[in-house]
Amino acid sequence: MPDHRDIALMAHLMRRAGFGATHDELDLLVAQGYEETLAQLLAPETQPDIDEALFFRYHPMAEYMHVSEHARTNWLFRMTNTKRPLQEKMVLFWHHVFATGVDKVESGHAMHTQISMFREHGMGNYRDLLVRLAQDPGMIYWLDNQDNHKRAPNENWGRELLELFSLGVGQYTEKDVYECARAFTGWTFVGKSRGIQLGQIPWQFEYRAEDHDETDKTFLGRTGNFGGEDIIDIVVRQPACARFIMRHLYSFFVEDEPEVPKWPNEPPKNPEAIDLLCQVFTDSDFEMEPVLRTLFSSDFFKEAEYKKVKNPAEVVVGALKLSGSFTGPDPSWGNLSTRPATMGQDILNPPSVEGWHTGGEWINSGALINRVNFVADHLRDTSNPGVDAMVRRIGNIGGSLTAAMFVERCLNELGLGTVDDETFQELVAQAELGGPIMYGTNGEFDKFSQRVGDMLALIAGTKEYQFG
Amino acid sequence: MTTKSKEPVLVVLQLSGGNDYMNTVVPFADPHYYDNRPLLKVSEENVLKLDDEVGLHPSMKPLHEMYSNGDMAVLHGVGWEGSNRSHFRCMDIWHTADPDTFATEGWLGKATRQIDPHGENPVTTVNVGQGLPRALVADGVSVASVSDINAYGLLTSVEKAELRGQMLDRFAKMYAPANGRGPVSDYIAKTGMDALNGADQISVAPKAYKSDVEYASNAVAKRLRDVAMIHLSDIGSRILYTEYGGFDTHAAQGTSHPRLWGEVSTAIADFWDDLKAHDAADNVTMLVFSEFGRRVRENGGGTDHGAAGVAFAIGPQVQGGLFGEYPSMDSTKLVEGDLAPTMDFRGIYSTIIGDWMGLDDREVLPREFEKPAIFAN
Repeated sequence: MPDHRDIALMAHLMRRAGFGATHDELDLLVAQGYEETLAQLLAPETQPDIDEALFFRYHPMAEYMHVSEHARTNWLFRMTNTKRPLQEKMVLFWHHVFATGVDKVESGHAMHTQISMFREHGMGNYRDLLVRLAQDPGMIYWLDNQDNHKRAPNENWGRELLELFSLGVGQYTEKDVYECARAFTGWTFVGKSRGIQLGQIPWQFEYRAEDHDETDKTFLGRTGNFGGEDIIDIVVRQPACARFIMRHLYSFFVEDEPEVPKWPNEPPKNPEAIDLLCQVFTDSDFEMEPVLRTLFSSDFFKEAEYKKVKNPAEVVVGALKLSGSFTGPDPSWGNLSTRPATMGQDILNPPSVEGWHTGGEWINSGALINRVNFVADHLRDTSNPGVDAMVRRIGNIGGSLTAAMFVERCLNELGLGTVDDETFQELVAQAELGGPIMYGTNGEFDKFSQRVGDMLALIAGTKEYQFG
Repeated sequence: MTTKSKEPVLVVLQLSGGNDYMNTVVPFADPHYYDNRPLLKVSEENVLKLDDEVGLHPSMKPLHEMYSNGDMAVLHGVGWEGSNRSHFRCMDIWHTADPDTFATEGWLGKATRQIDPHGENPVTTVNVGQGLPRALVADGVSVASVSDINAYGLLTSVEKAELRGQMLDRFAKMYAPANGRGPVSDYIAKTGMDALNGADQISVAPKAYKSDVEYASNAVAKRLRDVAMIHLSDIGSRILYTEYGGFDTHAAQGTSHPRLWGEVSTAIADFWDDLKAHDAADNVTMLVFSEFGRRVRENGGGTDHGAAGVAFAIGPQVQGGLFGEYPSMDSTKLVEGDLAPTMDFRGIYSTIIGDWMGLDDREVLPREFEKPAIFAN
């Protein structure tokens, strides 16, 4: 039997570098070791891809991706069933940073295209990712770059590229924003026709040389006839860029940082960690993979349990994975994909280009109720294969358990490390209410099974469970 | 103002996306209007006239009746100087009443703290909808956010009442204050406690509610019905907030904007009928606002983001009428193609917080603002 601490550490890794793992999966991963598991996470191409054809067979309309629901459903299915969890988690990371919303874009297909691009390139080179982002039709429309003309520059994309996607406020002047916008004139797309669904063609990036401003620009102290790629090359070499992106990465994977607008005034929670990540990022010419390897190998990561509030996607997908209730195609995926929205995270539709407010701001009374109820409903249902497996493991030997042992095993099944004493005492007190915990006979086992489900539901309501 | 037998209540309806002021309150007597709106214009014979110059869009008949009864104040040209036309930033500015910095506390969160400084009633302020608008956020303030009034409660699917009672009791003990791992953990525990206590109160509302008013089935009608339910259940809610989206009419505005206002006007009228039928309207005032108005010149089917907009204050205690000045549509008076604000939105907040709610508006706002006289004093 693997040590509980090994299980807890592996559960922590899989929650952060993915969307959680079942206890069976954790046993296998612990057996192969942390290093090997991390190596697999960092090399998604070595793991099988999702069987998308199977998904589309059960959701035939989703293949066209006309509406956002299709794109959202497809993504939730992937988050839950992927064998490449870190790849999928990085998609969510970039969706947080490069927040694009379908309310304005109004094309499920364009959103799906952007998300797929994050999937393909999100663990690669950040500089290249920015170029792809600048050429992504959904992003162009989201930030109005199709209206950015040689004779009438539109600053929306230029401003957000600097403020939200690379440097952060205070690292450039208004003149830099204007010059940046000029460098991206003529970067547009074709294929948008509102209101026509069937017969719609996919949006395509298009560079219109005749609409591109070919005169000199002076940007961040340098002068030249810069185009968009030149601007990105200059931007990524600013020390502020590494700090900004690495702080995002730290906040997403390690420990909740304050909201982004406060960053100029509040130092990082762990400046040494940010320095280290910046060093690796810069040394590797902005490759994400070495940075992620450093991050997940570090002590600051391994010691970061309970330092992040789960985002709603993590809550929903985590519960689906643990309960094993949606491993295959299922008509209710569309409905499920809207559940994170009830907890404050409308996937593919962030409240603004600034993305979601994370950390403690995920929590309000209605969101908390919806979080707890969603997880509790899935874990109380002992007919779910994942829950059934938990029941059988908790009651695998002997014929009875003390209340404290019972609670420990339930916590262990959910991958929770230590919980507060008060929490633990209340869980034990609840376990004791039902009398001796026996499962030796068939009759006892049925009752035991429901007691496990009820205990898992109670754990879903602890404040500890809200952390990821 | 008549003597209040009950504490004043504020209902806020936020119209998200940027409502088109010029096709909501139509300046039918101004030729500039027809020049700028060749496709979207509403002609004089179709508007519901408020006076000789402006009238409501024909889809707003129920609101026109309320106006005629003297229950609706039309607040012209609301906004602030230097609007940046961003939905998000503009909404944030409405929420925090602060165009100059990135403030974190909302104007109604601060008001809630004045009403209930020790956070004794978790339903003093209730949001009906998802998430928590920043308008309602303030340090140490408890606000209930109710997305589904029939399912607002923890473990509602646990059928056995005894078991559910036991489990909720455990939550209450686990959420007990000051045993946390830090501020976030403490905040989660406090929110959990608020959810438990608030749910006891909110759950009363749909059970006790009886009404002859039949609301429509659209989202705004449903949300205003939930607001009415909470108000009528008498659980001490003083600020009730809800939102309706879809006003970002860049395209196809000719069909979408009238549909939206048809839904909103009917829902508002049903809401007030409901309150009046229960003799519960006299201590309520409703504010309706949107983050900005839209561009003066239409874009060929819709309108782009603009600046100044219109707000409405509605209720039996409101002095009906037109307040402020319709911004000029003369091209020399526009700010980058947009209507220039003639009324700072914070003047409206000032009168609502001070004159209506009876609170200290200076604690909520950075300075004094000119107040439209929408409440008789």
